[in-house]
Amino acid sequence: MTDKTGTMLYLDGVSVAFDGFRAINKLSLIVQPAEMLAIIGPNGAGKTTMMDIITGKTRPDDGEVLFDGRTDLTKLDEAAIANLGIGRKFQKPTVFESQTVWNNLEMALRKPRGIFRTLFYTPSAEDIARIEEILDIVRLSGRKDELAANLSHGQKQWLEIGMLLAQDPKLLLVDEPVAGMTDSETVETAKLLKNIALTRSVVVVEHDMSFVRDLGSRVTCLAEGSVLAEGTLDQVSANPLVIERYLGR
Amino acid sequence: MISQALFRALDRKAIWLVGILVALAILVPAANLLIPVGQPGHVPTYVVTLFGKYLSYAMLALALDLVWGYCGILSLGHGAFFALGGYAMGMYLMRQIGDRGVYANPELPDFMVFLNWQELPWYWQGFDNFWFACLMVVLVPGLLAFVFGFLAFRSRVTGVYLSIITQAMTFALLLAFFRNDMGFGGNNGLTDFKEILGVPVQAATTRGALFAATALALALSVLVCSGIVNSKLGKVMIAARDAESRTRFLGYRVEYVKLFAFTVSAVIAGIAGALYVPQVGIINPGEFDPANSIEVVIWTAVGGRGTIVGPIIGAILVHMGKSYFTSALPELWLFALGALFVLVTLFLPKGIVGLLGQYRAARARPERSGNQRDAGVDPQPEPAE
Ligand SMILES: Nc1ncnc2c1ncn2[C@@H]1O[C@H](COP(=O)(O)OP(=O)(O)O)[C@@H](O)[C@H]1O
Ligand SMILES: [Mg+2]
Repeated sequence: MTDKTGTMLYLDGVSVAFDGFRAINKLSLIVQPAEMLAIIGPNGAGKTTMMDIITGKTRPDDGEVLFDGRTDLTKLDEAAIANLGIGRKFQKPTVFESQTVWNNLEMALRKPRGIFRTLFYTPSAEDIARIEEILDIVRLSGRKDELAANLSHGQKQWLEIGMLLAQDPKLLLVDEPVAGMTDSETVETAKLLKNIALTRSVVVVEHDMSFVRDLGSRVTCLAEGSVLAEGTLDQVSANPLVIERYLGR
Repeated sequence: MISQALFRALDRKAIWLVGILVALAILVPAANLLIPVGQPGHVPTYVVTLFGKYLSYAMLALALDLVWGYCGILSLGHGAFFALGGYAMGMYLMRQIGDRGVYANPELPDFMVFLNWQELPWYWQGFDNFWFACLMVVLVPGLLAFVFGFLAFRSRVTGVYLSIITQAMTFALLLAFFRNDMGFGGNNGLTDFKEILGVPVQAATTRGALFAATALALALSVLVCSGIVNSKLGKVMIAARDAESRTRFLGYRVEYVKLFAFTVSAVIAGIAGALYVPQVGIINPGEFDPANSIEVVIWTAVGGRGTIVGPIIGAILVHMGKSYFTSALPELWLFALGALFVLVTLFLPKGIVGLLGQYRAARARPERSGNQRDAGVDPQPEPAE
């Protein structure tokens, strides 16, 4: 593919098969610094699997996966990749249910992750201010002492986005963030993600077309593990292949 | 840094618990030694020793809870760390016998003379020194746990597979310690102790001192465990228990978090074993029996896992029940224990402590009794995707 230097995320010819089934098939993709990319595509297209590969959960059989134009992600484990500055929000909201909203954020906050540093950690005034700021952004200030288990589905999604903010990553991978949200929450989420994308790279997977339109970003449509079409949302949704294999269904 | 951690450890429950244990460490031996026999308030020596033993079991249960309740590692081999600590102390006590043994060999314990050994094996060297033995009490279980945990957690062995290999570990040690040529007294183990630090093991004052030492060691373990679980690392432990893969994506090395807890836990278990042996007067390979380790799980479950007081209460109550049953209805004890475990698992997932908590919560806030506010056990933690 093209030049890797200066890219935030660079995938070239990536393939992975599960028991002979090719979930990702020669996938190539580039995300620039401070760029947002929306990924659409039918269920089973391999969108989540792509995120698994980037975050070290799944090892590709083939292909190149580079972060920041130089770091080979296929050699690193999940924790190392997270510490490079790649944050992820899962398709099914995954927060730590038996702990408070505050503690969820405190654990996510970007701080040294070593055992003894974590054991002897005491939040500084700065840390507390940052957590309060994030609580404000994701509108959970009033529920900071509640167990995450008691949040609504939409609020869990927001808490997870808050955890992403706390991690302060350079690249955010956001898998179906607005599932289970009300319309107004969806609009707010789009605003929030656009704001984040001013300074960081964001990859958003979503089915909700009006949400993708709100994002106003470049769009890639995946199908059967590779790129079907790329461009603006209008270009992609006018593409006959996309209509046949995704939108028309 | 460390003082802040200590301060955090002192939440209200831990203060109470430490206070009670320190009081017991003073009052129980005093009631035994200072109040004459027959007077009200006198505590017989056998009771002092019995409860000293229970407190060492409580320490073992607390150690298990640190890994099981907080990290979700169901170790079915914690008895092995307890036994190793016990053997290290037993070796010191054997060497204190000196020439007062049956064969009157100043250097070799009786069983070695019996096996026609001519000199002390290398791994018995140094055990005549109390502080060296104490070092080994900490080092041997700690090192075993570190190596075992490093291999297991790095390969991401979890759940039932991990439980099985911990059972295999204690079983392998059981078989090894049964062998006479291992040099640990084989089947009979180590016994007939005479003195500890120059005083007779059997003396009432020694018994009192051992009780006090056990109560204080338990108090210290409470401080350490509560300091860990109330720290950010403790939150990460619970996070790894409930959603291991999610915790990794936050950048925490879950394998090292587990390794830390597992090693600390093994050290506490080893110290508990070392305090147990001089009080019961014997250590033999039976302590490695896999069934023993499973019993520790039951004490912890009964008291309430994922809490600091729970395992302590569980260990003491189950043993009080055991001494009642084994004198009244000996043949029924194992059935009672099994039934207890089943009942607790089915109806009291948070044990006795959880039950008390629910009762208190229901009285305090009848309108929202369902909300458990502390980071307790999530009965059905869902795996991250
Ligand atoms: N670990 C796995 N083992 C086997 N098959 C998998 C695994 N992960 C994903 N798949 C399969 O790969 C395909 C792509 O899945 P996924 O990436 O979840 O799709 P999407 O997120 O686009 O809906 C699906 O057919 C799914 O069943
Ligand atoms: Mg998906």
